[in-house]
Formats: sequence, structure tokens, C-alpha cells
Amino acid sequence: MVREFHVLKDIDLTVYKGERIVICGPSGSGKSTLIRCINRLEEHQKGDILVNGVTMDTNLKNIDAIRREVGMVFQQFNLFPHLTVLENCTLAPIWVRNMPKAEAEKVAMTLLERVKIPEQALKYPGQLSGGQQQRVAIARSLAMSPNIMLFDEPTSALDPEMISEVLDVMVGLAESGMTMLVVTHEMGFAKRVADRVIFMDQGEIVEQNTPGEFFNNPKSDRTKLFLSQILAH
Amino acid sequence: MAVLEKGSPRRESRSFGEWVNDERVRSVFYQILVAVAVIFVAHYLFTNTTENLKARGMSSGFDFLGSTAGFSIAWTVLPYNPDDNYFHVYLVGIVNTLTVSLVAIVCMTLLGFIVGVMRLSKNWLIAQIAAWYVEILRNTPLLLQILFWFLAVFSLLPRPRDSMSLIDLFFLNNRGFYMPAPVPGDGFDLTMIAILVAIVATYALAVWARKRHFATGQRFPAFWTGLGILFGLPLLVFLVTGAPLTFDYPSLQGFNFVGGVTVPPAFCALLLALVIYHSAYLAESVRAGILSVSHGQTEAAYSLGLRPGMTLRLVIVPQAMRAVVPPMISNWMNVVKNSSLAIAIGYPDLVAVFMQTSLNQSGHAIEIVAMVMLFYMSVSLSISLALNYYNKLVQLKER
Repeated sequence: MVREFHVLKDIDLTVYKGERIVICGPSGSGKSTLIRCINRLEEHQKGDILVNGVTMDTNLKNIDAIRREVGMVFQQFNLFPHLTVLENCTLAPIWVRNMPKAEAEKVAMTLLERVKIPEQALKYPGQLSGGQQQRVAIARSLAMSPNIMLFDEPTSALDPEMISEVLDVMVGLAESGMTMLVVTHEMGFAKRVADRVIFMDQGEIVEQNTPGEFFNNPKSDRTKLFLSQILAH
Repeated sequence: MAVLEKGSPRRESRSFGEWVNDERVRSVFYQILVAVAVIFVAHYLFTNTTENLKARGMSSGFDFLGSTAGFSIAWTVLPYNPDDNYFHVYLVGIVNTLTVSLVAIVCMTLLGFIVGVMRLSKNWLIAQIAAWYVEILRNTPLLLQILFWFLAVFSLLPRPRDSMSLIDLFFLNNRGFYMPAPVPGDGFDLTMIAILVAIVATYALAVWARKRHFATGQRFPAFWTGLGILFGLPLLVFLVTGAPLTFDYPSLQGFNFVGGVTVPPAFCALLLALVIYHSAYLAESVRAGILSVSHGQTEAAYSLGLRPGMTLRLVIVPQAMRAVVPPMISNWMNVVKNSSLAIAIGYPDLVAVFMQTSLNQSGHAIEIVAMVMLFYMSVSLSISLALNYYNKLVQLKER
């Protein structure tokens, strides 16, 4: 007998332009899967996903259109190790947006300045620290000038002293009005910039609220337990 | 404190025990030991050989290379007749070896890549076929496979009279494989020039298209245009100059075929065995190379909006090639070296014509073995030199 297992179920989520959303929950609760469905790194079996008015389905044109407008930052950075930092940031603009190389490089340098590592432009990813690599990954996504940024546990693979340099960049991005969906355990970041905090467990959205309400006045027992565990230290 | 003082040059006197246990003293001692052993063995071999040669009244030196070989060779690429000298036999053997090796390397590389990618296919049947191909062919001896193709396949083909034929141009029988030979007529040089011009033009077009893409962002369908030039231009010149190319067709006369180009069964069997055996090895290297690029790379490229084809070309292949090229090149060297197994089925390669027949006739074992070794070593070493250069070129930069 095959038991049906839902990674995600009953998800009804609307994200508004410029909204900053933090998604948290225990491991295996489907937070990563949820944001990976938005740019089809995971396929959804049932239901509809609309991104910027484009329906995510099996139509390759739609998938391309959505991926061009949605940036993503991964836990493991996933920089291209055979390309320099600058080439990492110009690859997609040149080949997807057909941008002239000189212009793509100018845009990339502006972004590298924004993430505070323009001096590393000609180095290779393997020569950088984890925090620097993650900032390059953010710049690489921003080079496509996306409307929406997805962050999949961007600080989980970093040494403690490097977490803040990445979070600083993300705070700056949030203040510039970017629409952001962030899967993270950094509750300080959630309190500081989130418009809405979503708590997930076993593939369902258990609770969503403003950070003030969410942290001070959680409604469900599951949320209370989770918060007591991660805020205990 | 003892650790700090170990090997310190400032210490004036050391006891014998300290001196013997010093790692630097030990390493010098062992190196001297090895050097003495090598010199002793070399000296023994040299004096022993010269004494034995003298005792049997045999001459040494390379003078024999100028004397007439006197034997015939079944199939040669270079023109050869029994009046030629031993040095010419050496060259004929080298060209025969290189011919079968080069054709085998080209075919084996193509087949290896196809099978390697097939084994990664999501289609169950295709992946299974590739897996069985690799496992069966990699796990049986090459000599067995060469003998199989020669004895069980090519020797059992029908007689020339009952040849298998493909549209009456290509024939296959137990005497070998026959195909039409091109005979260029007047003005065919122009077509050859056109081919060269087309290659240069296609390359220039690719460079120009890339430059324009980087400069202005505009893309140009360089691949299809290049393909058109590559085939269209020579064809046009060929037709305009009046199609000056005829073929010499093989035809059955009496008991055998005359005309065309003939390849003997031993060549076919050796070629097939080398291609199939080594392609199975290469397939595994290709598979490992592609798998060595983490899935995160594909996801990152997709999330940036790169389509699957571009992801493969710009992200996956450049990284996979780092892992595929070194084993691929060592595979190529193995093809050249393993082609010497030709001797088992009578294909006249370098070892067969030079180390076997020539050595037996002339008796110059040391000189002949040295010359054959020199050939194989210079081929292998130049291949590995190129490989080292490539490796340095594509090495990942890390701290």
C-alpha cells in the first residue's frame, strides 16, 4: 500500500508587491519546497501558482518568463566555480537579457559595490569566504533586476561572524522596497524587516501574522512550542 | 623541549642515536642506497650484454636499418615492397599502428560520450542498455574481444561471391571490407580550396558573432549560418567546376574484388574491438564527469533564467570537462598501446612487422626493442604533455 504523502497542502498565500515575508518552521515542514515551487525548481501537482500575473504551468515560455523575474539565493551559494565573480554576475544578463558585455559589467560592478565587495570582482568563488560568496550570489541574482527575491536559508551554511554581513545586505535590499520571501531561522532579521511572518508545520501554514503579534502573542500551541525552542538561548 | 630542539642546527654535538634517528639523515641515506643499486644494476646489464654479444660474434649498432628487409607485408598504408630496407619497415609499421589508433580514437570518443550520456538517461530502457554495454565490455579482456571479432565475426563472413553489399557500392566478405575510391579529376583542387576557405570563414563568423553579441547584445544564428557555409560553398564550387570527381568502384572479377579501397578483416576486427572496449571505459568517465557537477549548479542557472541548453553549454559542460579530459586522454594512450595486440590476429602493426619479423630476421633485439619503445613513449609522452598543459589551463582557482 502506498501512503499518500503531501509535502505541501492547503497553501493559500498571496504576496503583495514590496512585501517582505519571513517563513519559519521546523525542518521538513515544507518551507523550502514552498519557495522553490515559485520558480519551479520543484513541480506542484495540484492547484495554481500565479507570479506577476503569469500562470506557472508546463508551458516553457511561462516558466522562462517567471524565472527571469524571480531571483533566488541558495543555502549553498551555488556560485559557478569556473567563472570569476564578475563573470558570475554577467553570465545571465549577457545570455538571457542579451545585454552588451560592457553594460552588464557596469551593472555588475554597481551591484558588487552595493554588497561591499567590488575589490573581489576578478577573483574566483573558491578564493572567497562563505559570507563573501553569499553576497556575490545576491549580486548575481540582482543583476537580472528581478521583481521578486527568494532566499532559501541564506545564512545557514555560514560561520556566525559572517551571518551579519549577509543579513546587512538583505536588510538594505528590504529597505529599497524589494519583494522578498525569506526562509530563515534568523528571528532578529524577522523582527527587524518582515511585514509578515509565516509559520509552517507538516506542509501547512499554521499561522501568519505581523512580527509583533507573531512573537509576542502566538495563537497556536505548535507556534508557542517552536518559539520557546528557538528563542530559549 | 625535545621537539623544539629536534634537527636544530645550533646544537654542536649529537649522540649517535640522535644522529641515526634524524629524519634528514635518514632520507639522504635511503637516496644514496637507491642510487647505488640503480648504478650497479645498469652496469651489470651493460657489461653482461656486451660480453654475450661479443661471445656470439654479433654486431651491434643501427647499420642493419639500411639493409633490405626482403619480406612482404599483408596490408600497408604507406607504399611498400620487399626490396625496401628495415627503416622503411619501421615507418610502415608506425603508420599502420597510427592509422588504426587514430580511427579508433575518433570513433571511441564519439561512442563513449553517447553511451555515457545514455547511462544517465531518465529513460529506464536506454539507461539499462548503456549499463549492460559498459559492464559486459569493460569486464572481459581486450584480447578476447579482438579474437571474438576476428574469429567469430569477420572470418565467418560469406565468400566474395556471396558478399554482403550496401547499395552495390560497399561490400563486406571474409576477405575484408571494400568501398569506392575517390579519383579527383581536373579542377578538383578548387573544391579543396573552397573547403579550406569555408572552414576559415565559418571560424571567422563564429568569432564575429560572439564579439557582436558581447558588444551590442544582439545575437546571430552563427551555428546554422556556419553549417550552411561549411557545406554550401564547397558544393557550389564543386558543381560550378563541373563535378570533377569520379569513383573507382569495387567489382567482383573471378573469385575476388578488384578496384576501390580494401580494408582487411584483421583491421576491421582490431578497430571494432578497440572502439567498443575503450568506449565502455570512456562512457564511465563521461558519466562520472557529469555527475561530479552538483545539481545546485543547474538549479542556480535555472533560477537565473538560463534555459536547459544554455545551462549545459555555459555551466555544466565546462565543469564536467575538467573531470572527463584526464581519463579520456589516458584512454587515448591506451588505445595506441593496446593496438599492439594486433599481432594476435595478424594485422601488420609496428610490433608485428618490426619487433616480430624484422627482429627474427636481423637479430638486433636491443636496437629494435629500443626503437619500438621510443615510438610508443614519444606518442604517450606528447599526449600527456598536452594533457598537463590543458589541466593547468582549466584548474579551478582556490585559496
